[in-house]
Amino acid sequence: MTTPQAQNGHAKEAVIRVRGLVNGFGNKLVHDHIDLDVYRGEVLGVVGGSGSGKSVLLRSIIGLNPPKEGTVEVFGKPTSEEIESPAMRELEMRWGVLFQEGALFSSQTVAENIQVPLREYTSMSQELMDEIAEVKLAMVGLPCETGDKYPSELSGGMRKRAGLARALALDPELLFLDEPTAGLDPISANQFDELITQLQDVLGLTVFLVTHDIDTLRAVTDRIAVLVNQKLVVGTIEELRRNKDPWIQDYFSGVRGRAALASMDKASEEAR
Amino acid sequence: MTSLENAAEPEAWFKLDRDGRSLSVGGAWTIAESARLDKELTALKLDGPVTIDASKISRLDSAGAWLLLRTRRALEAAGAKAGDLGLPELYRPLLETLDQPRKSEPHKSRIPPGFRGRLYKIGRAAMHFYLQTISILGYLGRVTVETIEAFAKPRHNLRIAAIFHQIEETGINALPIVGLLSFLIGVVIAYQGITQLRQFGAEYLTIDGLGIITLREMGVLMTSIIIAGRSGSAFTAQIGTMRVNQEIDAMQAMGLNTVDTLVLPRIIGLVIALPLLTLYADIMGLLGGAIMCYFDLGTSFPAFLRELQQALKVQTLMVGLIKAPVFAFVIALVGCYEGFQVERNAASVGLLTTRSVVESVFLVIVLDAAFSVMFSVLGI
Repeated sequence: MTTPQAQNGHAKEAVIRVRGLVNGFGNKLVHDHIDLDVYRGEVLGVVGGSGSGKSVLLRSIIGLNPPKEGTVEVFGKPTSEEIESPAMRELEMRWGVLFQEGALFSSQTVAENIQVPLREYTSMSQELMDEIAEVKLAMVGLPCETGDKYPSELSGGMRKRAGLARALALDPELLFLDEPTAGLDPISANQFDELITQLQDVLGLTVFLVTHDIDTLRAVTDRIAVLVNQKLVVGTIEELRRNKDPWIQDYFSGVRGRAALASMDKASEEAR
Repeated sequence: MTSLENAAEPEAWFKLDRDGRSLSVGGAWTIAESARLDKELTALKLDGPVTIDASKISRLDSAGAWLLLRTRRALEAAGAKAGDLGLPELYRPLLETLDQPRKSEPHKSRIPPGFRGRLYKIGRAAMHFYLQTISILGYLGRVTVETIEAFAKPRHNLRIAAIFHQIEETGINALPIVGLLSFLIGVVIAYQGITQLRQFGAEYLTIDGLGIITLREMGVLMTSIIIAGRSGSAFTAQIGTMRVNQEIDAMQAMGLNTVDTLVLPRIIGLVIALPLLTLYADIMGLLGGAIMCYFDLGTSFPAFLRELQQALKVQTLMVGLIKAPVFAFVIALVGCYEGFQVERNAASVGLLTTRSVVESVFLVIVLDAAFSVMFSVLGI
């Protein structure tokens, strides 16, 4: 996937750099000395079984979950600072996060939700913020009257789109998505995949994508990181399909995996 | 203050050429510059056909793209043919993505402006109040019937364990706070009584006054208000959270009766616990008064009790205690009712918990006043 930034010659610049990350609850180890680089302009998918620590990894990277050991750097700066400190704010305004259920502020309308980061980090006039909110809603494929609704009035899929619109409010360079297609019907999930691909192409985003959805992985990711036995295995789909690890084998060659990947093989044959 | 606008970026700029026919824009049109650009662009007076030349844009994000697009639309609306902007190839997809005709018209607010709007709001509030009253009366009816049924023909599924759990939760666990506060109120009443009545040389009447006030009013009222704040709110929050988690839906889908399982144990538990708590509060209040009288009046404890015995009848105690189950019923009913009103979002739990406490304290005081009127008519 070529992106504006990649063309600008920034290729292979690590936006996220994780070194020797250890996380755990009580005696149970979730991550055992994990290393990970996410490069500018790529979409990295993170998969793993339930409870394998995908969301914990995301939370560690954005500083919500201080790791037991190891370092995490985003844009070359550590995220181990106090989450509400000025140093973290410098980073927080450069990334956008979509949480699993959207995490929209329930006391505010969708438009107000989108304007929260704008109000915090810029001195825009109310008119411009209203316009920008409308633009963002259009970008994620929501009709503009959604802006006047409260999160409780939206369906799950719409809430995710609205959450994405808020995550995109500041035109971030880096986007974190936590299971964006979980709980969506296949059609909405496909639309969401297309949306992410399109936004990524247009805005040149770097995307860190936690997902269970093998279709999403196939459709949007450049590389995949698999969390298995507290370790991380990183590679493209082809590389991972050749991996000998039983869980990875199961994941990519189970019934669901085969179906999704078969359609991919077919597509690439046709292309040939 | 961290702000996007402090970032050191190549500045965004635009300028109009001399004859005012061509607007060239360039630099980094990003969100960091958009507040300033917005102000300056709005101030810019453009008339006649003006073309935009965006070939010198060095960076563009969606906020900047929107500003470009907005300017172009304004020019087109004024009759100019802005057409191609000459934007660098890299950023064309972004502008094209944003440049889609609006799918829907901006919708109008449902509330009409002016006087009619005000009428509309009054009407809506009245309807809301009316429906709320109907709903709470309906609920009261259902709970009353089920309570009577539960006692008249005890079913095997009357939840004894749940009732005892509620008695522990609302009664035993409330002993420290109710005891401490009643004790302090007793001290305060005795102190005020002694200082005021001493002026008339009638300070020994303090003990009579303290006894009557505590047993008839203060004990039961204080206890009810504390319990409304402590347990009424807990009922709303517990049931409300269950609604948010769809636990109530799950129970109903299994065929469980929610009044039976959730409401009755709470109501019965509190109706048993509150009178006992009131008696305890009465004792603690009198104890506080006795200690104050010992230090301020020098009344010994036996003398204090003798004085009380003369002033009080059993009736005095009963008048206070008889109110307790009624207040308990109201607090539990309101707490549970508001819990079931919670909608499926977290904000609603907080809102209704507040409402539950305000309503139950209000009702307790109103009912207390009604009891006073009734007792005075009956001459008790």
